[in-house]
Amino acid sequence: MSASSAFSDEKGGSSSVGEPEYGHDPASGGIFSSDYKRHDDLKEMLDSNKDSLKLEAMKRIVAMIARGKNTSDLFPAVVKNVACKNIEVKKLVYVYLVRYAEEQQDLALLSISTFQRGLKDPNQLIRASALRVLSSIRVTIIVPIMMLAIKEAASDMSPYVRKTAAHAIPKLYSLDPEQKDQLIEVIEKLLADKTTLVAGSVVMAFEEVCPERIDLIHKNYRKLCNLLVDVEEWGQVVIINMLTRYARTQFLNPNLNECLLEEGGESTFYGSDADQDEDEDEDKKDEALSKRKPYVMDPDHRLLLRNTKPLLQSRNAAVVMAVAQLYFHLAPKAEVGVIAKALVRLLRSHSEVQYVVLQNVATMTIKRRGMFEPYLKSFYIRSTDPTQIKVLKLEVLTNLASETNISTILREFQTYIKSMDKDFVAATIQAIGRCATHIGEVRDTCLNGLVQLLSNRDELVVAESVVVIKKLLQMQPEKHSDIIKHMAKLTDNIQVPMARASILWLIGEYCEHVPKIAPDVLRKMAKTFTNEEDIVKLQIINLAAKLYLTNSKQTKLLTQYVLNLAKYDQNYDIRDRARFIRQLIVPTDKCGALSKYAKKLILALKPAPILESPFKDRDHFQLGSLSHLLNTKAGGYQELPDWPQDAPDPSVRNVEVPEWTKCSSREKRKEKKVEKPFYSDSEGESGPTESADSESDSASSSASGSEQSGSGSEESEESEERSDSDEEEEEEEEEAKKRKTQKKEPIEAVQQSESEQSSEEEVKKRKVSIPPPRNVSESESDDDDSPSDSSQDSESEDSESEAEVKKKKKITPPKAPTKPVKKEGKKEKKEMSLLDFDDFEPTPSPQVTPVGNFLSSSLVTDLEGLSLTDTVLSPATISPSGSLKSYELLHRITGEGLWVEYCFSRQPFLPDPHMVAVQIQFTNSAATEAKSLRLEEAKLQSGMRVKEFPEIEVLPAGESATVVMGVDFCDSTQAANLQLCTHSRKFFVSIQPPVGELMTPSFMTENEFKKEQGK
Amino acid sequence: MIHSLFLVNSSGDIFLEKHWKSVVSRSVCDYFFEAQERATEPENVPPVIPTPHHYLISVLRHRIYFVAVIQSEVPPLFVIEFLHRVVDTFQDYFGVCTEAAIKDNVVVVYELLEEMLDNGFPLATESNILKELIKPPTILRTMVNTITGSTNVGEQLPTGQLSVVPWRRTGVKYTNNEAYFDVVEEIDVIIDKSGSTITAEIQGVIDACVKLTGMPDLTLSFMNPRLLDDVSFHPCVRFKRWEAERILSFIPPDGNFRLLSYHVSSQNGYPVGYRSLVAIPVYVKHNITFREGSSQGRFDLTLGPKQTMGKGVEAVLVSSQLPRGVLNANLSASQGTYTFDPVTKMLTWDVGKINPQKLPSLKGSMSLQAGASKPDENPSINIQFKIQQMAISGLKVNRLDMYGEKYKPFKGIKYMTKAGKFQVRT
Repeated sequence: MSASSAFSDEKGGSSSVGEPEYGHDPASGGIFSSDYKRHDDLKEMLDSNKDSLKLEAMKRIVAMIARGKNTSDLFPAVVKNVACKNIEVKKLVYVYLVRYAEEQQDLALLSISTFQRGLKDPNQLIRASALRVLSSIRVTIIVPIMMLAIKEAASDMSPYVRKTAAHAIPKLYSLDPEQKDQLIEVIEKLLADKTTLVAGSVVMAFEEVCPERIDLIHKNYRKLCNLLVDVEEWGQVVIINMLTRYARTQFLNPNLNECLLEEGGESTFYGSDADQDEDEDEDKKDEALSKRKPYVMDPDHRLLLRNTKPLLQSRNAAVVMAVAQLYFHLAPKAEVGVIAKALVRLLRSHSEVQYVVLQNVATMTIKRRGMFEPYLKSFYIRSTDPTQIKVLKLEVLTNLASETNISTILREFQTYIKSMDKDFVAATIQAIGRCATHIGEVRDTCLNGLVQLLSNRDELVVAESVVVIKKLLQMQPEKHSDIIKHMAKLTDNIQVPMARASILWLIGEYCEHVPKIAPDVLRKMAKTFTNEEDIVKLQIINLAAKLYLTNSKQTKLLTQYVLNLAKYDQNYDIRDRARFIRQLIVPTDKCGALSKYAKKLILALKPAPILESPFKDRDHFQLGSLSHLLNTKAGGYQELPDWPQDAPDPSVRNVEVPEWTKCSSREKRKEKKVEKPFYSDSEGESGPTESADSESDSASSSASGSEQSGSGSEESEESEERSDSDEEEEEEEEEAKKRKTQKKEPIEAVQQSESEQSSEEEVKKRKVSIPPPRNVSESESDDDDSPSDSSQDSESEDSESEAEVKKKKKITPPKAPTKPVKKEGKKEKKEMSLLDFDDFEPTPSPQVTPVGNFLSSSLVTDLEGLSLTDTVLSPATISPSGSLKSYELLHRITGEGLWVEYCFSRQPFLPDPHMVAVQIQFTNSAATEAKSLRLEEAKLQSGMRVKEFPEIEVLPAGESATVVMGVDFCDSTQAANLQLCTHSRKFFVSIQPPVGELMTPSFMTENEFKKEQGK
Repeated sequence: MIHSLFLVNSSGDIFLEKHWKSVVSRSVCDYFFEAQERATEPENVPPVIPTPHHYLISVLRHRIYFVAVIQSEVPPLFVIEFLHRVVDTFQDYFGVCTEAAIKDNVVVVYELLEEMLDNGFPLATESNILKELIKPPTILRTMVNTITGSTNVGEQLPTGQLSVVPWRRTGVKYTNNEAYFDVVEEIDVIIDKSGSTITAEIQGVIDACVKLTGMPDLTLSFMNPRLLDDVSFHPCVRFKRWEAERILSFIPPDGNFRLLSYHVSSQNGYPVGYRSLVAIPVYVKHNITFREGSSQGRFDLTLGPKQTMGKGVEAVLVSSQLPRGVLNANLSASQGTYTFDPVTKMLTWDVGKINPQKLPSLKGSMSLQAGASKPDENPSINIQFKIQQMAISGLKVNRLDMYGEKYKPFKGIKYMTKAGKFQVRT
């Protein structure tokens, strides 16, 4: 009870200060015996009939618990009140009960029936709170009762109760791990839950109970991705971390090819890109993509990346960090850049947040320096930062140093050296040393700077410089004998042992460069030997040995003297060393074998130390985790698995009835709606993210495109027939030609070898169409996955859409084009892409390449066109279902049921070539019909013009309509502000074009292009 | 996740403990005290401290350490962010978050902590929900409670937790419907010796105080949304709408909340500071020298406004950590008062308002330790100031509209610029 008396002492102090309301408390004096008295008094109050007295008693008890005082003797008196009517008394009793139930198991059982009654209450909140308290009582006997309660609650009508059930799972698990199997069943059930309320809590339970059961996630993966935005913030963190691990087991490494190809050139590749915005990022990504073998991201992988990205804007630092680590571990290199800005933002937060973020940034900068380079200045250090933050920022700055920015960084370091915070100055000197080792050009500058520091008045600074200089000199000692001389002089003044030891080591190691000074230093050291620190003594012995071997004439006696002193030293290390050295260097008759090699042993060339960041290789821990921060595995840490060699079957994630797609994510809905009218005839989408699906979309759309383009389709048929007949020869021809063209046009060749090849083929026969590259890469991708599959797929798609063509125009025999596809499909995939080109007529309207252009266009035309469109439209190459991005023009709520979205259809706007076609979709989700929908120009920027769409007279409830209008943005990205009118209201809306949407594809010959370029 | 929480005051006493799982002995804090002793400054205590069986994650706010005890892997930021949220909640409830306030309201604190975490996992952290569960103590209510014995605990059950807008409580009623928005920008600058700007950034927030009846749906648009380079939102803001139209559309929480924090970029998409286009509202002329051999140093400092668009610079406070060798400072201020603490060597000068006609200056000499050599380091000068009615980035709110409710609310928008970490190196 000594502890409790200590508490009461402390309590006596605090209560007199902090709790005037309990001033009348008779026990506040803190005398030991009065504790019991006071408790009697509390018991009386608890037994009384008045709620106010009970409340007063409970408040005092809770205050005692808060201070860590033991009140367990009141247990029976308190628990009696568990069924009290007063809600606050009841709550406080719960607090007490949960705190002490473990110690008083038998008595705690008295309260169980109350909770069991609560579990049946018609009010969901009472059910939930009963379950919450029941599950918090850590009494083993009630495990079966808890299990039953959890199971029941897991199928409760109310999502709030189900959430509570999810919370109860880890509690029960920690109480009795043997329940695991049953609990997993409950988790499985709750994982299938479709509400955002439950999602976070159940994933939390999953992580605590069965993180290894990754198979439970498959079916829920897409749902979790889609719900993510709407889950509460704490749940988001847990889900994102779990999904990172999941993705690592299920998808392929998006950077695999890059790792192999450009291990070395990566830094330059990256050096420039991070400051560009996303659009450009995407472009970069595409360049990277085209450089390597086609890697195709699993649409589910893409889904995860896409749905987590908005969360970088969260106010919660933990969420931002979670997304950042997800991108770092999962995203293709070129996309990781987006997280930098958000992480830099967190640096404005509390210093604890900064501390954690900087640790993670430090790890990231080692792998991906380019990402943070534009934000270099955000890591500049202020004198008001706490030292631990300063040191971390310094670490980041050092990691970011490169040839280009080293001068600014060094200038910044210079000011840091003058700081009053000496620990920080020492760290800065270390940092300079690291910069100097990594960047050869500044090595001399750094070295000179450090030498200047040797005359600093602060000994710590000098010592640190000596240590760093020693490391630097080791890299090229012969050039710097004057520095060594300078340092030799320092031995008179410098007292810091580490620095003295470093100087002695240097002189010994390079005694040949300073033949005159070295023996003199040894002489001085011999004098002070007995007063030196141990590390210095060891280095004196080393110095003596080295000099003895190189210059025995002058130093023989000195060495003997030093060794004799060392022989009687108090430290056994030093005695041993002396004994060892003596045997080694002084030849005696007994031990000849080793002493022959003494010179080789002692004066061997020593490798220069590599100054490395302490954060190197920390990224094998999942970033943002406790283990990463501590650089040791914390209890319960789940390893981040390596990427699999081959992707596991993606179909495990298919869900039979994708109900959730209807209700969950706004984005999803949007995309679907846009797609349908656009790809008018694409059939049955089973799930928007499946690969087969996206293929069917593109296939059918392109087919219908070809239908529109009339003459174009004829052309394509011809070519197909031809290629059918003599593909063999053609292939060879192609190969040869390709090589030729590659020589001719190295620029394109690098980027577009595949499309080039195919286009060349086309060119030979028909010079009509420029296939939309999105389709190209998608179909390619599918081929890559499963060549035979996809070819069959596209075949069937084709035949269907072809059938439609026939119905309408009756030009084409339905079977003709499909044949070659099939054949080719079994061949190499390059040929595949070629044929896909034939199949995929451009969706854009025929005006793109009018028939009249036939003659003028040449092989190069298509090439140019291809590469052009490819880069412009490339962002879509990977996204599985994001064909055209649609933007919201009018929100459903603001529009009172009218919901308007727009997208850039990327087709020329016929009535006016200067205008950009904007496709607008109206959806009336109100109960009544909307009448006379039209646009009026409100406030247009000067020069902007708008061609309105024809008025929609009536839009019945639940229907949607699509129109196309033209806007001349005058090549600016300013928004066009318009007024959208219905029969009853006016809404101000604005259409803002991203840069990429303002360009029109145009086709020209190589010569023309060069001419244009030269202008 | 979070096992226990200990609150430690600046003198190293544990004055509150709360356990969400089985009890962890408070002796675990000894490891924390050890680290505290090792750290030279209070803010240098490492936020994460490993001990043999637990991990201690702590934050320091208002000179109170909030030490959370963790037993297994959990993202450290998760805990840190949560602890800060706890402090914010206390502040929201008690006005201040001090040891005294926490001790006075220990029962409310306990009830809050009980609701905020369930088994160590955050449950209800939205202040609107918490306020429905536990009424914040007011003077009136405390008096009534002591007389009648009624409670702080909400009688009705919290419905907020069940709704789709968990941040807003239901059934809000006001007689005066008002919505105020404060655009507050902080300017972070490092200026080097020669007066050129090394980095300059603007970080802004929009804090709102919304007292509107029912379920209003607000939209707020800016004249120049392109200024905002990087933003983070309160969860109530519809992200998609922002992406598409650059309009903030949201159903606001009731009461005070931070709608948006942002970072202002310069025109060309570069992060600020790359090309510094940030207007710096104050300039400093300084001359601080120590002469070798003499035990005197000169100190000369003049402040002046620049690029303030005619607005006055107020509440100016200059502080500087002088080198250790300085014994005393004998200065004269043309305006305001200065203090020099000979122990911490901290010089502070409370300037007040800058009058452009008569620039404030602080001149004089510093006496150094006799015989000591001149200090190597030059002190850096930190400046605080406020400029009312101006957002230095030029951000302007265009309009604020309300949908979903019939009444006409009173709307107000206030701008202010403050110095953030404004540092001049000498």
